[in-house]
Amino acid sequence: MNNPLKCDFCAKPATVHLTQIVNNKVHKVDLCDECAQKKGVTDPTGFSLADLLLKTSLIPETGVGGVRCEQCGFTQADFKKLGRLGCPICYETFKDVLGPMLESMHKGTTHVGKVPSTALNRMSLHDRLSKLELDLSEAIKTEHYEEAARFRDEISRVKQSVSEKPVRP
Amino acid sequence: MTIASLLASTSELTDNAGSKTAIVLMTRVRLARNLAGQPFPGWAKPAQRAEVLEQCREAVSALTPLKRGLSLTVSELADLEKQILVERHLISRELSNSTQGSGVVISKDQSFSVMVNEEDHLRIQVLRAGFQLKKAWNAINDLDTALEEKLDFAFSPTLGYLTACPTNIGTGLRGSAMMHLPGLVIAGQMEKIVRSVNQLGMVVRGLFGEGSDASGSIFQISNQMTLGESEEDIIKRLANVLQSIIEHELNARGKLLEADPGKVFDKIGRAYGILQNSHLLSSGEAMNLLSLIRLGVDLGVFPDTCRGTIDRLVIEAQPGHLQYAQKGEFEASQRDFIRAARLRSEFANVAHPDFIFTTPGKN
Repeated sequence: MNNPLKCDFCAKPATVHLTQIVNNKVHKVDLCDECAQKKGVTDPTGFSLADLLLKTSLIPETGVGGVRCEQCGFTQADFKKLGRLGCPICYETFKDVLGPMLESMHKGTTHVGKVPSTALNRMSLHDRLSKLELDLSEAIKTEHYEEAARFRDEISRVKQSVSEKPVRP
Repeated sequence: MTIASLLASTSELTDNAGSKTAIVLMTRVRLARNLAGQPFPGWAKPAQRAEVLEQCREAVSALTPLKRGLSLTVSELADLEKQILVERHLISRELSNSTQGSGVVISKDQSFSVMVNEEDHLRIQVLRAGFQLKKAWNAINDLDTALEEKLDFAFSPTLGYLTACPTNIGTGLRGSAMMHLPGLVIAGQMEKIVRSVNQLGMVVRGLFGEGSDASGSIFQISNQMTLGESEEDIIKRLANVLQSIIEHELNARGKLLEADPGKVFDKIGRAYGILQNSHLLSSGEAMNLLSLIRLGVDLGVFPDTCRGTIDRLVIEAQPGHLQYAQKGEFEASQRDFIRAARLRSEFANVAHPDFIFTTPGKN
């Protein structure tokens, strides 16, 4: 005899089976009566599979020495508790946990939409500027004056392009 | 600008009803954005929240559509004022519950609102009366691009805009429409619709978003996925789903009228009678009655001009607006009394329903 499917939340036999198909990708959740009621699955007006998936076992328990975000101190346990992340860098920190989650939640795993090009240009110019300033002081300290002059020229060029109004295509 | 002047001025939502808003009352698009190098609001320390609030508010208030708008700090608002903003869809329940370091900037016509330090640093919203998903997207896209000149958004080339909750990552875009679907409700087909819409990766909710019931046959339909699909594709897919729901609704109305016009007209006629004569009306009952009158307008039973009154009342008969108008806080039972009085006076001059069979549903 076949083993009946078990509820994803407790060990009881599952009686409610949900399927969502997006772009030929099938997402399934199996629930017992009680859990289905509790999770609001039977309420036709307030249910979304993503919310459910997010709140379930998709976020693994932390092992010993769990990962902690260097930028903001957020841990995997915090994520499990809050269902939200600590800072933008957390996406890098917890990418192993987030990868499969994003895959089950979204249509794809790579962004294909709008890009804030103005802001990104500005940010990369700023990064470049601070790097050049560091190089400049290093060159002066080590008395490499020819190089220092080159860095200084480069800095004024970058500064000019930062202050100029960005041209929109 | 103050809350009082906001209530007194004409707004996108309360003054734009017409035959174009018959089934889709309004469309909304929101974008979630965060500042690079700052923890998300839920994890930020009070000082960091204050810093983000100040920086975002300065940038947002300078944008052309919001220049002459209303900039509010949530902690400085009275409970009733917050409730009014929620009922007008200008802030979320979550923001209204925030204790410190949160704010909102609202445009004069209330079609733009930008929440600061809700779940994300910025929640930008554009609201349009009727079915105008594409226009709403264009408007919000322009606003977002203008904002990008001043703020460094947290963005990853592979994951897109980074958000506090992984459900919003990528485009950070949620498009939604508020739909009046009495035909599908009366015909008992709503559950079927919800299921098939869910299978397409869209969500159906009650009138006021998460966890609220669908009184007045008003539902909110929105996209669920934000990563792996461009903004234009999300908007297009959602628009197709909405269009197909509109067709199902018109179909359901046509069938109901064909099979049992007496049943439909009885419901509408009774709603008219109760609205003109009752002395106690709960919010839920009022919504259901207004919904039936609205159906009546669509069917040509009441004049088209009635729709504007109803759409305004859908918002103004909510507890916050009722109490604000009466300048005080009242128990639920007292509110039911005030609500009934307001609706009696609004419907005193609405002409008797004219039940000559007309073509069902115009949209």
